[in-house]
Amino acid sequence: MTSINPEIVVSGGSAYVPSRESRVTSHDSAFVVELSAFSGPLDLLLALIRDEKVDIYDIPIARVAEQFLLRIRTLGLNDAADYLEMAARLLRIKAQMLLPRGEGDDWEDPRAELVRRLLEYQQMREIVDVLEHRADERRRQFARAYLPTEAAPPQAPLALSLSELLSAVDRVLRFVREPNMHEVVARPLDVPAAIDLIRSLLALKARLRWTDVVRADAAPWQVLSALLGLLELARLGELRVAQPRPFANVEISRDPTSEAA
Amino acid sequence: MTPLAKLLEAALFASARPVPLDELAALDAEVSPAALRAALDEIRVHYDSEGHGVELTEIAGGWQVLTRSEYTEAIERAQLAARPQRLSAAALETLAIVAYRQPIGRSEIEDIRGVNVGSILKSLNERGLIDVVGRAEGLGRPLLYGTTPLFLEHFALRHLEELPRADELAIAMRPRLADAPPSADETAADASP
Repeated sequence: MTSINPEIVVSGGSAYVPSRESRVTSHDSAFVVELSAFSGPLDLLLALIRDEKVDIYDIPIARVAEQFLLRIRTLGLNDAADYLEMAARLLRIKAQMLLPRGEGDDWEDPRAELVRRLLEYQQMREIVDVLEHRADERRRQFARAYLPTEAAPPQAPLALSLSELLSAVDRVLRFVREPNMHEVVARPLDVPAAIDLIRSLLALKARLRWTDVVRADAAPWQVLSALLGLLELARLGELRVAQPRPFANVEISRDPTSEAA
Repeated sequence: MTPLAKLLEAALFASARPVPLDELAALDAEVSPAALRAALDEIRVHYDSEGHGVELTEIAGGWQVLTRSEYTEAIERAQLAARPQRLSAAALETLAIVAYRQPIGRSEIEDIRGVNVGSILKSLNERGLIDVVGRAEGLGRPLLYGTTPLFLEHFALRHLEELPRADELAIAMRPRLADAPPSADETAADASP
């Protein structure tokens, strides 16, 4: 069963609760006055007209308005704007009734609109009785599965055999590819060897060129090792590195100060 | 029972909702509507005369197999099935107005009931008893509501025409407020002496 707004369902008994009480409940954090006895101001008004045994076509408006105000006060319905609006309407009609009437035929009973609404409401209540009766009849019968709400059509149950399941597994496995293996080499550079090479070359010649240190067919790791070795030696002050213009051959020379040392 | 009646019985058993005639017709393309009706009648008579615990009911524009009402209490006691919850007075009043005046907008319902009905309309809509059927012309193009097939099911109605006609009610149902002809309007005449 789905959860249903408590406002539109009642748990048992008739929808029209005979007790004349109101309950105050907190609902969705807002303060809501639940009018368990009356479904609205017209309902309360009709109840008053019944209780006072007055003619609906000739409502003693002053008395009914007074009773209405008394009831909404004793019921604690002051929060219900709909009831207050009706109370204001009754008082206005009462005031209009007190106005002196002209002799002409065009006098319109200020109660006419209210009577029309009350009759319309009473008629609607009659339909409610019919509907409620029919719903009660229907509630006495069960369908194969009672669906309280419009549900999506039920999904057809799975029809799956073991061989189908196994062939599905097969299909999945066939699509699993061989993993793409990749060899990882730890630090292929050899900077110390490059430093040794540069030092021994400098011991032979005071001035070197980049192309003396790195041969034309050197592998990238050899180029990088030589570069890092060169920079390291320059940092240590063992040599100087110079380039006369961009992209020119790098010239390497023994540092005169380190030579002195 | 005839083979067609058995086929229909199986189809009705398989469906949780009332099945309309055209859906039953899809079971066998060669069967005429008249033959379908005859077969449905056969099932109904069979259930009634042979002493079955269920009966075939025409409801909400279709046919449905329902348990007989004398077994309701026992089934409910055994907790095999639960009766649907009753609708509150406010919900019933709103539904009644929608049923008779559809398509109808929210403000018109509020005029008749004299209370705000926004949250009730939402709940009834969520419950599938009413649905938005269009928008009115005019300011704000308000939503218009109408009843659903589930409404018919809930109130055991075959179709909307099965609701009591306005002139069958104790207080004659007037047509729409605006276009009520004054001559046919006894109540207004009585109201102004």
